[in-house]
Amino acid sequence: MGKRMHEMTDHTMSEREAELQALPISDKQLDTTAERIKSRNRDSIVALEGAAAQLGARTIWSQATFQVTPGEFIAILGPNGAGKSTLLRVLLGLLRPSAGRVEVLGSAPRRGHPAIGYVPQRRTLDPDLPVRGRDLVMLGLDGRHWGFALPGPKRQKQHLLVEEALAAVGATAYADRPVGQLSGGEQQRLLLAQALVGQPSLLLLDEPLASLDLRNQVAIANLVARVAREQGITVLLVTHDVNPLLPVIDRVLYVAQGQALIGFPDDIITTESLTRLYGAPVEVVHDSRGRVFVVGLEQELMSPSVE
Amino acid sequence: MFAIFLSIKSLLPALRLAALHGQQAQSSFPSPPISWNLFDDVQTQLQYAFMQNAYLAGAIVAVVAGVVGYFVVLRGLSFAGHALSHIGFAGATGAVALSGVSMFGLILNIPAVFGLLVFTVVSAVGMGILGKRIHGRDVAIGIVLAWALGLGVLFLSLYTGYATEAYALLFGEILGISLQDVLITMIAGAITLVAMAVLYRPLLFASFDDEVAEARGVPVRFLSIAFMVILALAVSEAVQVVGVLLIFALLVTPAAIAERLTARPGRAILISVLLALGFTWVGLFVAYYLPYPVSFFITTFAFGSYVLVRLFFAVRGRFVRRPERVLEGKLA
Repeated sequence: MGKRMHEMTDHTMSEREAELQALPISDKQLDTTAERIKSRNRDSIVALEGAAAQLGARTIWSQATFQVTPGEFIAILGPNGAGKSTLLRVLLGLLRPSAGRVEVLGSAPRRGHPAIGYVPQRRTLDPDLPVRGRDLVMLGLDGRHWGFALPGPKRQKQHLLVEEALAAVGATAYADRPVGQLSGGEQQRLLLAQALVGQPSLLLLDEPLASLDLRNQVAIANLVARVAREQGITVLLVTHDVNPLLPVIDRVLYVAQGQALIGFPDDIITTESLTRLYGAPVEVVHDSRGRVFVVGLEQELMSPSVE
Repeated sequence: MFAIFLSIKSLLPALRLAALHGQQAQSSFPSPPISWNLFDDVQTQLQYAFMQNAYLAGAIVAVVAGVVGYFVVLRGLSFAGHALSHIGFAGATGAVALSGVSMFGLILNIPAVFGLLVFTVVSAVGMGILGKRIHGRDVAIGIVLAWALGLGVLFLSLYTGYATEAYALLFGEILGISLQDVLITMIAGAITLVAMAVLYRPLLFASFDDEVAEARGVPVRFLSIAFMVILALAVSEAVQVVGVLLIFALLVTPAAIAERLTARPGRAILISVLLALGFTWVGLFVAYYLPYPVSFFITTFAFGSYVLVRLFFAVRGRFVRRPERVLEGKLA
C-alpha cells in the first residue's frame, strides 16, 4: 500500500510540475499569483520525509512522506485523535518531530515564522472579551514586538494593512465592535484576517468550520479559497467534514491509524483505500448532490481525542 | 480554622484600640471647615507634609494599579492578586516578628515591606509557573490564602506592640506615609511602569489569544511569570494606600469599570488609570474633613462608580434594542 501511495504522489507531483512549467514566462503576461509561484523556484512549501510525531510515549503518526506545492489548498482529514492538529503543531515549530525530516518554507520549522498564518482550533471567543476585531487583527501584525507602537508613518502603514485584511475577509462593517458580541461566522472571519494580515505564504487552519452552521461553512471555505488564490497562499486546513471544501481543494491529506496519506479526493476517499487504511470495513457513500460520507467508523469515533 | 478564629478574636481589642487611635489622630488635626472653593481647600490641605505625601504616593499607586489592574481583570487574575496581598501580609508581619530576634549576636531589623516583597514575589513566581492551570484553581488559592492570613496572625501575636502597624497593613494608612516612603514608592512605581511599557504588546497578545500568540513566537510562559512578578510589586505598593484587605478597590474596580466602557485597550487603560486616580484623590480630599478612614472613602467611591456603571448599562439595555445575534449551531 505504501508503494502505491508513493506512486500516486509522484504522479501528482509531475502533473503539477507540468502545469507550472506551462505558465508563460514573459513579464507582461505574468499575473501576480503565477509570479509568486514561479519566484519560489517550484520549491515545496512543506516537505515531510519519514517524519513521526510523539506525544509523551505515544507515537501519533510515523512514516509521513509528502510534499505540498506552493499555492495548493489541502484539506487535512481524519478521525479525532489521529494527529491532525499535531501535524500543524509540528509545522509551526511547537512540537519537534521524533523522527524523519520536516521542512517548512525551505528550512526546519521554527516558532513565530513570519510567513506562516495560523488560526487555531476553538469554539467561540469569550463573550466578555473587551477588544475590537480591529485590535485583534493589528496584534496579528505587531503583537510579537516588545514595547508599544508609536504613531508615525510606519504605524499608518500597519493600519492600512489591517484595513486591507479586514476588507479581504469582508469584516470591515463590524471590525470596531467588541468581538464577544459577534456571531461565530463573524469571529472566524476576524481570526482569518488576523492570520492574513502578515501577508503569509502558508496558512494553517485548525477546524475553522467546526462551530459554524452550514451556510457559514461554505462561505468561509470559499472565502479562504478566494483569498488564497488571489494572494498565492498555500493553505492546509484541518476539518472533520470535507464536504463544504470539496469544490475548492486540490488534494486531501488523510491522517489516521498512525499514517498520513496524500492524494486527490477521488483517490483517497474511496471505500477501498479507507478500508485498507483502517483495516476494517469502511464504506464511502456519495449522495445525489455529490457529497461524500464515510460510514462504519463508529469504532474510531469512540477513541479518545488526543488534541 | 477555629484556632485562627480564636487568635483573631484575641487580637480584636488591640485592633479596635488602634483604629480608634487612628480616628482620633485624624479628627484631632486642625481641619478648618470645607470652604466650597476647591482651589482654596486643596491649598489648605497641601500645607501639611503628610497630605502632600499622601497625594503623591496615592497618585503613583493609583497609576500603577490602573495599568496593572487592566491586565489583572483581563487575565482573570483578580483572585490571585487578592491572594498575593494576603501572602504579603504574612511576609510583612513575619519580617517584623523576626526583627528584634538576636541571631549570632546580631539583632535583626527587617523592614516590613521587605518581608512583604519577598513573600509576594516568590508566590507570584510560583503562580506564574503554574500558568494557565491557575484558572479554576480558586479553591487551592483560597486555602493558601487563608493559611497565609493565619500565619500573619501568628506573627502578630509574637510581637505584641504591633497593633497599629497591623491595622495599617490590613486597611492601609496613607496618612502615615513619610517622604522616604514616597521616594521608594516612586522608584518602585517607575520600575513597574517601565516594565509594563516594555511588555505591553506581547502581553496584550498573549492575554487575548495565547494559542495564536505562542504560534507567532510570543514567549507566553515567560510573560505569565513576568506579569505575576509585576503584580506582586503593584500589590506591595497598593498595600500602603488601601491595605491588604482592600486591594481590590484600586487594582480591580477601576479596570473592571473601564473594560465595560470601551473595547479599545489603550483607552481602557487610560480610563482605568484616571478612575483609580480619581477614587484615591477624591477619597483623600473628603477624608480630610471627615473623621473616618481614607480607605473607606476610596473603596466606597470605587464601589459606587461600579454600581452606577452597571445600572447605566442595565437600564440602557432595556430601552435600546441591540441587533440580534445570530446563534450558530455547534457541531461536534
